[in-house]
Amino acid sequence: MSPLVEVRGLRFRYPDGIAALNGVDFRLNPGETVAVFGPNGSGKTTFVLHLNGLLAGEGVVEICGLPVAAANIPEIRRKIGIVFQDSDNQLFMPTVLEDVAFGLLNMGFDLPSALSRAEAALAIVGMERAAPRAPYNLSAGEKKRVAIAGIVAMEPEVLVLDEPTANLDPPTQRSLADLVTHLPQAKLIVTHDISFAAALCQRAVFFNGGVVAAEGSVEDLVSRFDWDFSAERSKLRR
Amino acid sequence: MQHLVLERWSRGSSALHRLDPRAKAVALLVFLVALATAHRGVPLLFGGFLILLIAGLVCARLPLWGMFARAGLVLPFTLLFALISWAAGDPARGLSLVAKSYLSALAVLLVVATTPLPSLLGAFERSGVPRFLLMVVQFLYRYLFVIVEEGQHMRAAAGARGASARQWMPGGARFRAAGGALAVLLARSYNRAGHIHQAMLARGFQGHFQTLEAVPVRSSDVIFTVAASIVAVAWRLVAERVAW
Repeated sequence: MSPLVEVRGLRFRYPDGIAALNGVDFRLNPGETVAVFGPNGSGKTTFVLHLNGLLAGEGVVEICGLPVAAANIPEIRRKIGIVFQDSDNQLFMPTVLEDVAFGLLNMGFDLPSALSRAEAALAIVGMERAAPRAPYNLSAGEKKRVAIAGIVAMEPEVLVLDEPTANLDPPTQRSLADLVTHLPQAKLIVTHDISFAAALCQRAVFFNGGVVAAEGSVEDLVSRFDWDFSAERSKLRR
Repeated sequence: MQHLVLERWSRGSSALHRLDPRAKAVALLVFLVALATAHRGVPLLFGGFLILLIAGLVCARLPLWGMFARAGLVLPFTLLFALISWAAGDPARGLSLVAKSYLSALAVLLVVATTPLPSLLGAFERSGVPRFLLMVVQFLYRYLFVIVEEGQHMRAAAGARGASARQWMPGGARFRAAGGALAVLLARSYNRAGHIHQAMLARGFQGHFQTLEAVPVRSSDVIFTVAASIVAVAWRLVAERVAW
């Protein structure tokens, strides 16, 4: 089975000299949902930005067998959809419907098809009633759903969610988990939320110092790296 | 988060809102030319044009005083030139200058407050205005919100630590604080703009905004443009004839 995402020996250094990625190897297979853990500054988001060519480092990055190179960028961005951590960065059109249709129009869909697909994507995330509203008037949970709709509408083969539960209350996190579970794409979820990852992901990778330091089940990595706030809870109570 | 009130008004549903942006732009152009080139019968012309604009504001269900106040933003600039004319012994020219600029601003505001900016830019693009110029306007508009948002967040955070614009601070500390805040605002806005751009690229943006509204011009749009233009030009002719 050929992987949807294949990364080999990926290295990247920011212009200020900071080495963010130091040889990342990673695979995402069809149907998989994989969690990406790691401390702040370990290179998780930098890694994600390489998957659709927003950053370009040394090494091999292939999406559905296509190398991430300038000539393939439009095709790559159709195949891999990234939902960014801060929904406000993603939602910039005047209305929700226009925002969801933005990617579709960029893909070359004509107006009627773009609108009907955008409406269908809003229905998938349960936000069809928000279509004429301005995105900045939505709650954090609603913005996240609209941001996901904007990506789902483009029908990518891989969905990347960067910190999807950040700033969301627990019931909204649960409904988001329910929504994400039912999306058919293979998924890569960058998160610090262990419960969210445990509910959704079959596999996890742990970033540290710009490399994938370990790989295994969510429970396995959490216990190996003591990667759970509850591990500290008993100390705090003393 | 409080955005521009004009943006909110432009999302209304009146008959004027529903007109094609091109129809409104052409009518506005005729109105502005008729107003700017008038030399005789000026008080009558201004009175008639003001009534015409008020009719437009009422039809669009826009708040009259709010629109009058916003159109007044141009006055400080023209008042200066009006005072110079007055001092040079030509008060009529000074008054005419003030009235022309105020009515022009009100007319432009009426169009902007009844047309969402993306639709207006889309109409300009279909009318042959260079795409690059329109993109600059669209980005400027979007990033204006970004800077306002960042500024509002910083102001709230400073307010939470007891800061206020009227508060006295010793030894020029207030200026240092304001300077620092301005620098941080610039840096944060720059970063956020970068993130927005990345999010746009991730959804396949290739340097061209597509608009949702590619509707053909309807007969009601043509009727509006022709009627509004005839009224403006006819009133100008009537005012000149009366003055003659």
